Amino acid sequence: MTGPVARRVGGRLYLQHGPIDIVAAAIGAEDAVERAYAAGALRFSTILGELCAELPLLRRPICGDARPALSEAGRRMWDAAAVYAAGCFITPMAAVAGAVADEICEVMRAIPGVSRVYVNNGGDAALWLGQGASLDVGIVARVDRPEIVAKARISAGAGVRGVATSGWRGRSFSLGIADAVTVFAGSGAAADAAATVIANAVNLPGHEAISRMPASVLQPDSDLGGIAVTVGVGRLSAADVEHALQRGEDVARKLVRQRHIVAAALFLDGSCRVVPDDAEIQRKQFFSEEKNQKTFVPEAAAGSVPWAGSWDVAKQKRRLFLRGGGRCLRFACASA
Amino acid sequence: MSESADKIRCMACPVLCYIRNGMTGACDRYANHDGALVRVDPHILLKRTLDHEGAVVPFAARGDWHGELVSGDQPFVTAIGAGTTYPDYKPAPFIISAEVDGVDMVTVVTEGIFSYCGVKVKIDTDRHLGGECAVVRADGEPVGHVTTGEYGSQMLSLGGVNHLTHGSKAEGRATCAALLDLCNKKPVELAIDGGATVIVQSGAAPVVNGVREERMRVGCGSASIGMFARQWLGLADEVVVVDDHITGVLSEHQAGKLLGVRETGIRIGGRRSTPGRYFNVAAPGTGWGGTNLSDPLEIVGGFDRGKAWPGLRLFMVSTTGENAAYYELDAALRPVACAMPRALAESAELVKENCEPALCSVLFMGGAGGSLRAGATENPVRLTQSVRDCLTRVTCGGAPVFIWPGGGITFMVDVSLLPDGAFGYVPTPALVAPIEFSMRLDDYRAMGGHMSQMRAIESLGPEHRLLVAAEKRNPWPLLPQGGGA
Repeated sequence: MTGPVARRVGGRLYLQHGPIDIVAAAIGAEDAVERAYAAGALRFSTILGELCAELPLLRRPICGDARPALSEAGRRMWDAAAVYAAGCFITPMAAVAGAVADEICEVMRAIPGVSRVYVNNGGDAALWLGQGASLDVGIVARVDRPEIVAKARISAGAGVRGVATSGWRGRSFSLGIADAVTVFAGSGAAADAAATVIANAVNLPGHEAISRMPASVLQPDSDLGGIAVTVGVGRLSAADVEHALQRGEDVARKLVRQRHIVAAALFLDGSCRVVPDDAEIQRKQFFSEEKNQKTFVPEAAAGSVPWAGSWDVAKQKRRLFLRGGGRCLRFACASA
Repeated sequence: MSESADKIRCMACPVLCYIRNGMTGACDRYANHDGALVRVDPHILLKRTLDHEGAVVPFAARGDWHGELVSGDQPFVTAIGAGTTYPDYKPAPFIISAEVDGVDMVTVVTEGIFSYCGVKVKIDTDRHLGGECAVVRADGEPVGHVTTGEYGSQMLSLGGVNHLTHGSKAEGRATCAALLDLCNKKPVELAIDGGATVIVQSGAAPVVNGVREERMRVGCGSASIGMFARQWLGLADEVVVVDDHITGVLSEHQAGKLLGVRETGIRIGGRRSTPGRYFNVAAPGTGWGGTNLSDPLEIVGGFDRGKAWPGLRLFMVSTTGENAAYYELDAALRPVACAMPRALAESAELVKENCEPALCSVLFMGGAGGSLRAGATENPVRLTQSVRDCLTRVTCGGAPVFIWPGGGITFMVDVSLLPDGAFGYVPTPALVAPIEFSMRLDDYRAMGGHMSQMRAIESLGPEHRLLVAAEKRNPWPLLPQGGGA
């Protein structure tokens, strides 16, 4: 069995253990950054083991039960998912990536002298911005075409501490057909769970162009069991696309109203919806969208993280981009 | 790793995923490949081997290798999976020092991002694939063109910066995808404007308009007459070797004259070049000998009454021996198809046997730009000079390369000599290809190498690495130059 890896990659910290790939950065005084990276690496060294010990509990759907005794990361997952338990099938695993990012972010930002932190766990990220700081985020709608399709500037005070992306083309299974749903929320775990729920809602039940397969067939120990997940989306009419996006937008709108999330951007087949769509909020505060932004940001290449070769799996996901960094490309960070 | 039915349990990390065949685990890093746990994106090291060829040691699966040296032989660190520091102006990901036969050697290992790259494809076929300069398309997008016809082969030139980055976005994407698959030894369907559709795969026979090409011609029709004239003597009175380039006629050919073959008065269409050699007998196509003929008699314009005779035996064969027919002239001197005598059928087989299996070969061509070279030395031009002076050897995934004379480091490599999946891409679009520069430590120091970034080969652990047997046809990259590149 291979253990956790913590490595400095350029000015950033790369953490990897099993399925977790993190690119993290702290900005601040030099010695503070060093201490933040040491703290992040230390916290990271045990986190996968802690979660794996709780896997049987975390893979179970939440249905009104009281929260069992869990590790700190497990508790974050449970709480983030519990919000949706009344309305749909959900397990704490929906928030695993964001919760891990939150855990690492917390210990890094606690170091005095650090002014900004982001912890990008394969596209699900936690961040912390000191007073007056801001962070630019690039959104990649399709992992097989890693281009930045939109950018957002997050400012301190916007209440955003987590950014997460979900969609059937990504690593995790989705019940919906969105290429990507990116959510901005109060924590990584909250953003992660909400992105999953909204991406599931972007859907056209029974549509013949959509192929689905039971999750357990694809991954025997998936927490989704026999639930059908999306494995292919054929040609959709413009009306289909708008209809599916509308379903997702309705859910996103509700979550914004209930203050579970701050904002969301939904992508499907070249179309995009942004919630809330108040032009003032989009442009001035935290979400500046540049739809025709086509620049590939090599910043996300994470220095010497190796390029992946190609590999065909059942989902026909062709992994032709950066290992680790490739997943991070769903969320490219650049200093504002 | 434990197994049950079609799934295996991955023990690489505490998640302990069950992975079905053809799928990856939760990490997307380990996969079940026909029941074996394999690493999907490892950094490839080559192992010198004499006994077995191309055997892949699955990373971390069977504990074959844990980073120790293999029977005293050091592995060669390829750039496959090594990553890149592009576009940063900083040292290459790996600068490896190793002692080889008492000499300190350095290998600079990096994956290059090649916007300036393409492939040259040689397709062993006489069939007409398309006119020179005709546009070659993949997924409907122009990705290259048909270039000069060569001996027994049609040549395509694909990719290059004009298709990759100067065309439309869709064109760049289609070009990049076609190049990537060709370089990774996968089949690619190419449609040629005004010509054929051909499936090309390095090391495999071409498939032209759905028909697999079997043989590469041994020579043109005229050459075949020369080579096989003696075999046909006494078996037929006239032999026509049908070929789109030069169709040969035995009785008129120099070889026939020397053997005393009697004139038959046969009239062949097209344009006579020299006795017994005809150009343009038909249009190019995918029929007999690269013509558009399915009935070879279409090129026979009859027989001279003064010279031919009833019962004259006419044998027609294509230049690869794949098509053959036998006729005898009736009283009106018209050819009538007859059962072919066994000896003639055997002669067609002989022609065929002398034609080698038709293959597609793919050469990747790329130019190592300044920033890539900067990864090796603070003064990029010094690396070029060192390569020119044969002090630095360039390899691509451990395979020897041909370096074009002239400026820059523009090289070509036979992709069949690289391990599988050695190429990648970035959406710029551009191809990612491995490249290694090996030289003596002294020479590296002299060119202003990044000495402080050097690490001993022994310091490379097994983490993320896969040890693969070196391709037997390649010279060992770290041996003194002489053979090979």
